[in-house]
Amino acid sequence: MTISIDPQKTNNESLQPKGWLRYFSFSLDHKVIGIQYLVCGFLFYLIGGTLASAIRIELASPMSDFMPRDVYNQVLTLHGTIMIFLWIVPVVNGAFGNYLIPFYVGARDMAFPRLNAVAFWLIPPSGLMLVASYFVEGAAQAGWTAYPPLSITTPQSGQIIWILSVLLLGGSSIFGGINFIATIIKLRRPGLKLMQLPMYCWAMLGTSLLVVLSTPVLAGTLILLSFDIIANTGFFNPVLGGNVVVYQHLFWFYSHPAVYIMVLPAFGLVSEILPVHARKPLFGYTTMVFSIMGIVVLGLVVWAHHMFTSGTPPWMRLFFTIATAFIAVPTGIKFFNWVATLWGGKISINSAMLFSCGFIINFVFGGITGVALAQVPFDIHVHDTYFVVAHFHYIVYGGTVFIIFSSIYHWFPKVIGKMLNEKLGILHFIITFIGFNLCFAPQHWLGLNGMPRRVAEYDPQFQFVNQISSLGALLMAISTIPFLINVFLSVRNGKNAGDNPWNALTPEWLTSSPPPVENWEGEAPLVEEPYGYGKEISEQK
Amino acid sequence: MLNKKIYLILIISLVFAISFWIGFNVNLLPAEASINAPIYDELFKILFIIGLIIFIGMTIAVIYSLFMFRKRNDQIGDGIALEGNLSLEIVWTIIPSIIVLLIGLYSYNIYDRMGGMKELNHNHEMMSSNTEKIWAGISQTSDNEIAINNLSIEVSAMQFAFLFNYPKGNFISGELHVPVDQKVSMRMESKDVIHAFWVPEFRIKQDIIPGQPTILNFTPTKVGKYPIICAELCGPYHGGMRASIIVEEESDYNEWFNKNKKPEVNL
Amino acid sequence: MTTLDSSKEIQKNNSEVNETHEDFRMFGLITFLIADGMTFAGFFAAYLTYKAVNPLPDGAIYELELPIPTLNTILLLVSSATFHKAGKALLKDKNSDSQKWLFFTAFLGIIFLICQLFEYFHLPFGLTDNLFASTFYALTGFHGLHVTLGTLMILIIAWQSRINGGRLTSRNMFPLEAVELYWHFVDGIWVVLFIILYLL
Ligand code: HEA
Ligand code: HEA
Ligand code: CUA
Ligand SMILES: [Cu+2]
Repeated sequence: MTISIDPQKTNNESLQPKGWLRYFSFSLDHKVIGIQYLVCGFLFYLIGGTLASAIRIELASPMSDFMPRDVYNQVLTLHGTIMIFLWIVPVVNGAFGNYLIPFYVGARDMAFPRLNAVAFWLIPPSGLMLVASYFVEGAAQAGWTAYPPLSITTPQSGQIIWILSVLLLGGSSIFGGINFIATIIKLRRPGLKLMQLPMYCWAMLGTSLLVVLSTPVLAGTLILLSFDIIANTGFFNPVLGGNVVVYQHLFWFYSHPAVYIMVLPAFGLVSEILPVHARKPLFGYTTMVFSIMGIVVLGLVVWAHHMFTSGTPPWMRLFFTIATAFIAVPTGIKFFNWVATLWGGKISINSAMLFSCGFIINFVFGGITGVALAQVPFDIHVHDTYFVVAHFHYIVYGGTVFIIFSSIYHWFPKVIGKMLNEKLGILHFIITFIGFNLCFAPQHWLGLNGMPRRVAEYDPQFQFVNQISSLGALLMAISTIPFLINVFLSVRNGKNAGDNPWNALTPEWLTSSPPPVENWEGEAPLVEEPYGYGKEISEQK
Repeated sequence: MLNKKIYLILIISLVFAISFWIGFNVNLLPAEASINAPIYDELFKILFIIGLIIFIGMTIAVIYSLFMFRKRNDQIGDGIALEGNLSLEIVWTIIPSIIVLLIGLYSYNIYDRMGGMKELNHNHEMMSSNTEKIWAGISQTSDNEIAINNLSIEVSAMQFAFLFNYPKGNFISGELHVPVDQKVSMRMESKDVIHAFWVPEFRIKQDIIPGQPTILNFTPTKVGKYPIICAELCGPYHGGMRASIIVEEESDYNEWFNKNKKPEVNL
Repeated sequence: MTTLDSSKEIQKNNSEVNETHEDFRMFGLITFLIADGMTFAGFFAAYLTYKAVNPLPDGAIYELELPIPTLNTILLLVSSATFHKAGKALLKDKNSDSQKWLFFTAFLGIIFLICQLFEYFHLPFGLTDNLFASTFYALTGFHGLHVTLGTLMILIIAWQSRINGGRLTSRNMFPLEAVELYWHFVDGIWVVLFIILYLL
């Protein structure tokens, strides 16, 4: 702990580390913690993206020539783990959650500021540990799913470090989840009703429920797995009478909900962004709330759709098909509601809006391939192929990462007090959108035609399509450049934003930009209609 | 108002037409070489068309609203204060529910036709007489049918190869030979980690799991040589873990079989 | 006092006595216990699945005797009651009584752990003997870890309640209530564990 702020002294600005230094301290301020999450996550995104680039370089030619085969497996394992546990989950939950939720509930901080800081500070060390494991005996190389017996038989130190790091990250995520639930339910400003909360609160409530209910199961599973590795027990080791499929059930009991942990907050964020830039109320608030809770409930009972070709009995396959496909219904409601939110608005076409609309298009595509994958007979052919890789990148990148960028464009003026450059932003969007589709759309075809995933070498007939995909990845890497330039330029001399550049109605805009230490100079405002756009006009008529 | 409705109907039928056209004319799948393949492709076509309709429809709706409802330079103020529309919301809850339900039932039907819902327990020649616990797989046929020909094959997978044991001929081969148009039954078990048996042209896949035997039955329909691909990460050489399945005329197959056959070992 | 102000309060002073905090600190603890319970649920699910689908291989030994665990069940149930007594005593400002009950509860916890260790040493199987042996040790060990932690926390709050007007008083019941809830939770888990592992 470098410089710690005593909670008694939060009000006393002179005692706080000044300027950027406070982002390196054990700060208890939710806004500082939010930014810490975001920047830390983004750095890991660059690492994970560099690993992805390495994957795409290797796959530009059919032979395994760019790196040794076991290093390839380490790279893809680290890529998956970093992107999920150190980029998406901390950023959509930790970063935006910490920054926005206290504003939305009208509080001055999270319910447990100390726990909050601890949750964040668990992340950098475990992330660094994970990356550093490469230099020990080689990093983990059993994929991010770490299926035994492979994970038991590959070099052990890497796998153990992987387990330790994921356990710490899971702990961080549970602490965060507890904090969000308590903040949303218990810290609401007097007079603010649940059904008046901005949608992101509901999304975070649902997400946090999933975190609290499913992450511990992953922790337990990984503890058992580490026993298998260290203590030579046989939970998942068939040689000692264990059952490898039990691991898969336990793992996916967490990791399927984890995909909604990655996307529900993004759904919340997009619900905040669209109404502001379309100047219209969020369409169908109540059905949105119910569909979030529907996704939470359904999300807990569909895990075995990742195991259709494992040892699952037929009836189980059938149940999980139907349950999985039904998630399309609540999800669909949300998407139709967003389109209806756009319909008849006065839409400003800016970077935030474009990324949000890109998200809608990409996610619908990824969701539809998801519903196809949910059908057992369909999945049997494409399971563990590039079709699946394409499906989930459409959702995690085309969905969640697009929303992260959209949110950065939307809330940057709030956090910094300056505007981002729109021209560079739109350039960023165009390159990202093209690169992304170029990279992942062809992968559907690859999977259908016989290219399995997690391979360093492949049938030469697939070379051309793989090269297109690698070209797309190159474009995606390039697209980061205008974004980074934009951020650096705007932080230094961006146009002054004023307090509320978008004329938004959600509570975080009703204070100065950047906000003061305890969020509001006076009492927190009571925002009963966070989406009341167009109200005055219709009354005047 | 009427005009608007006509446009809407026109656009919707256009979306349908385009989707159907693409669905019927764009082939994204490899050759069909087993009786599973055409069944699979039927499902694929339906899912593809439904997916296209939804995707194209949504994309058009988003791009249309971005274009039509964009804020012109001279405009100020907000859009209409529309907070919801119950009947519309009910419609778009019910329609997707019906679609996914129908898709689910349909794919159940497909799965059944592929043999996925058949009883798995399975009395295998080389095993002792008691029925062995089979954990999973796709069964397509009753055991008797297979017993009359020689096509019970035992597959064992290991890092990083497949071995095919022909119990009737008492030999092991690294290549899988099968006669065309006959049912093949495989019992699969892994010696080390999880592997998977995948033949893209057959549209079948089943994990090969250590400690948990699985079965996979299929009927090839087209003579040729197809790749067998391991589809579960199993170590550094996972990408190189491939074998071939050679589907040949029955006479060719018998010739091959007899050439490799070893005399029964006397106990 | 409004909830808003209390959120400000808690930043200002964490240890200060303030009734309105209890509410959401307790809430947080309950959420945490739900999470913790899910870890156990995962273990139980694994054990039950093993039981259903992986029969014991021939010659494997997995026999459990009932006397010690039954005694342990009783110990824990009694300790829950004594803990409750401690809370009641503290509420009436009888700090020394409360402290006695707390020490007694901790003592029961320690006896529990000793019995558990005794059982471990006399079981006919070791950690890696077979699947059920491993699961047995994992489950009871993980639970034992919880008991150890609980016992330590009881000792700490017992120490804090030693003087009238000290850190743990009838006006600052939260530490006691929190540990008590945790202790009941560990207790409840044991009962489930006892039924699933020993009786089924
Ligand atoms: C954020 C992440 C995320 C999200 C939100 C989803 C969402 C969904 N996923 Fe995905 N999935 C992953 C991330 C995600 N997935 C990952 C990472 C993997 C691979 C893991 C690994 O093996 O490494 C995976 C794998 C995966 C599989 C296993 C494939 C395999 O390995 O064989 C399946 C199978 O059922 C599946 C299904 C679905 C479904 C049905 C949805 C649904 O929730 C989608 C619902 C959305 C829509 C359908 C679109 C909008 C709806 C409408 C416009 C309404 C109208 C639509 C219809 C009527 C169809 N996913
Ligand atoms: C959850 C989020 C997420 C995200 C955002 C991404 C992003 C990307 N992924 Fe990832 N991916 C996964 C999650 C994710 N992935 C998972 C879970 C797996 C499965 C792993 C497994 O099988 O176990 C996987 C697997 C996976 C594969 C399959 C590997 C295989 O099976 O063999 C491929 C191959 O193309 C791939 C590609 C990419 C690419 C090109 C991007 C791109 O979008 C990345 C774009 C970003 C950049 C290119 C960074 C840009 C910056 C720089 C390059 C700057 C240079 C650096 C500095 C300045 C320091 N991914
Ligand atoms: Cu065997 Cu991959
Ligand atoms: Cu899933």
